[in-house]
Amino acid sequence: MEKEFIITIFSENKVGLLSQITTVFTHRNINIESLTTSESAIEGIHKYTVIVKNDADRVANLVKQIEKKIDVLKVFCYTPNEVVLQELALYKVQRSRNVEELVRRHNVRILEIHDDYIVLEKTGHKEEIRELYHMLEPFGIYQLVCSGQVAIIKSRRELLDEYLAYVEKRRREQIAENKE
Amino acid sequence: MSFTKDTVSNQQNLPRISGAEAVIRSFLAAGVDTLFGYPGGSIIPVYDALYDYRDQLNHILVRHEQCALHAAQGYARATGRTGVCIVTSGPGATNTVTGLADAMLDSTPVVLVSGQVGSSFLGTDAFQEVNFLEITQSVTKWNCQVKRAQDIPEAIAKAFYIASSGRPGPVVIDITKDAQVGMMDFKYEPVRFIRSYQPHVEIDTDQIMEAARLINFSRKPMALIGQGVILGGAEQELREFLEKSGIPAASTLLGLSALPSDHPQYVGMLGMHGNYGPNIKNRDCDLLIAIGMRFDDRVTGDSTKFGINAKVIHLEIDPAEINKLIYADVAILGDVKQTLPLLTEKIAPAEHTAWIEEFRACDHIEHEEVIAPAIEPRGAHLRMGEVVDAVSKQFPDAILVTDVGQQQMFASRYFRYRQTRSVITSGGLGTMGFGLPAAIGAKIGAPQREVCLFVGDGGLQMSLQELGTIYQSQVGVKIILLNNGYLGMVRQWQELFYDRRYSFTELTNPDFELVAKANRIPYRCVEHHEELNEAVATMLQTEGAYLLEVRVEREENVFPMVPAGMPVHDVRLE
Repeated sequence: MEKEFIITIFSENKVGLLSQITTVFTHRNINIESLTTSESAIEGIHKYTVIVKNDADRVANLVKQIEKKIDVLKVFCYTPNEVVLQELALYKVQRSRNVEELVRRHNVRILEIHDDYIVLEKTGHKEEIRELYHMLEPFGIYQLVCSGQVAIIKSRRELLDEYLAYVEKRRREQIAENKE
Repeated sequence: MSFTKDTVSNQQNLPRISGAEAVIRSFLAAGVDTLFGYPGGSIIPVYDALYDYRDQLNHILVRHEQCALHAAQGYARATGRTGVCIVTSGPGATNTVTGLADAMLDSTPVVLVSGQVGSSFLGTDAFQEVNFLEITQSVTKWNCQVKRAQDIPEAIAKAFYIASSGRPGPVVIDITKDAQVGMMDFKYEPVRFIRSYQPHVEIDTDQIMEAARLINFSRKPMALIGQGVILGGAEQELREFLEKSGIPAASTLLGLSALPSDHPQYVGMLGMHGNYGPNIKNRDCDLLIAIGMRFDDRVTGDSTKFGINAKVIHLEIDPAEINKLIYADVAILGDVKQTLPLLTEKIAPAEHTAWIEEFRACDHIEHEEVIAPAIEPRGAHLRMGEVVDAVSKQFPDAILVTDVGQQQMFASRYFRYRQTRSVITSGGLGTMGFGLPAAIGAKIGAPQREVCLFVGDGGLQMSLQELGTIYQSQVGVKIILLNNGYLGMVRQWQELFYDRRYSFTELTNPDFELVAKANRIPYRCVEHHEELNEAVATMLQTEGAYLLEVRVEREENVFPMVPAGMPVHDVRLE
């Protein structure tokens, strides 16, 4: 049964790592629905958020294969109800009175106003972004760009911190072993 | 910061050397004694540095970079140490890809240093430039590019640590020419810790207890030995486990020789052309104990029917192998050298005499129907099994190296193993042309042992140029060429599944006597049963390399056989 999964990958910030990670998806024949990447809150650690639709077993295997990459620190996999997901969209729309009304009703930000078009920004769920698109469609959309989804976990536990603490413990043990 | 570092360096009186020399000295510091390689434009500085270290490093000049990799694999598999290669950029690098993929699938520790164009030329499609990191992404355990001389020792130290720890594999270090030429203060420190790479796993004692419980209650258990036992050096731990539990044990192709062939609990090889017993009894098993193996499709056949009545205990070092193909009721993560003794301690001593007898009954059937006709054939022509049997008898402690195809299956089936690390073959990738260079590497790694290569006429010609390496480096490999004038394994499939339409599997071969002569390798050809033993004896007595060509029956088939995609208990004897 295909379901949506949110995979967050923490890695060292190394040249070529994105392609290392995407290779795993290609190799296991799993399509990427959305991918965003940026520095994580911890300096020197990069974060990738990848959304896939597939069955749970295959995703579980995929996660282990990604984690196997030497420069990948840790991979977590969530279902949509375990995270808050948001995506940012920019719409370039023909100017009209109706559009401006829509903007007020839907909590959309206006970024730029030109003589013949306006640029709108909407942050929300994929569905909300699509919904707004359909509403704007009759007025003429010149362009739509979406950011890909980012996710934050609902749990209070900082799993990456726990992992880094474990790794630090291992490093100390290793130093102690080497001294012996 | 860098100022402080430099001061420290100066205080320590570090030698100031080129990056190229740092490559060589890092190798020496890592304990390397042998290199397999091929020079070229972007690696000349390293070769130039090597010139001064010829007395400390044995460099084997191969004839093709793919073979440098296979030779390093042979060396690694024979010795347990990491094999090392150096090649140039561009074509030199791309030629190694098959070898890297082979090492990746068969978990062989190899470090490859490739030259790269100068860093200012990177990305300009310079002469002999390829994006080697990108190309080798999916066939290496790790790769990295070094663009500064001072980063070389650490990269190499990391490479050796990663290649040989955890589940071993190939590592590529791509070094730009300016980094080789640049000067640096040399200091080599072994790497034993990488933040993002934790091969050590905490052993889960609950899983050990649960596994022991399953074993103690099992009536028809079978152990499946994989290469993990050999890679972990856990042969003794395996024996202790088996001897306390009384459990019969079968081996994967790569696990062969972890347990001697004549061990009373050894019941043969698993898989498509494995022995009859472990395949047919798979259905009757109530417990499979997989020890350092990964359930390759050549082992499981139809994986949905594999061990259909059995629970599965999977002892494995690589977490990604757990539940990848076969669901594990109990997964014991870790190096089997550590986990097996813990399991042995918890199980009750037992015997499974009647159950092992069932395997022996299968052996009897297989002997009557397959083995006896193969090794004592009545027909006029020599058969492959018969040749393997004859060689095995006269070379009881040899390392068996095979190429890929029918001879690989006959050799692994009929050779007998007395000590570990006695089989070197391309399992996962099934690389034709692997045999000859791997045999060279094995002999160089283990000069005290005889190395017997079984190779077909097709496979030999895929790396034929390495006969030149054998002559130049005087490598005493015994080559047994099983010549049937066909790409035999494909021909067998064409016969069985493609209505005997032998599409491009027949070979018109060169005169192998002249080939041997051209490479100054002693040669003999046999065609008749009565010549065989004496010819093998001559090969044994001849110092150094030897090419024994055996003209075998042209259309012999390997049996037993599990047709691809079928359940293993549907194994066919004919």
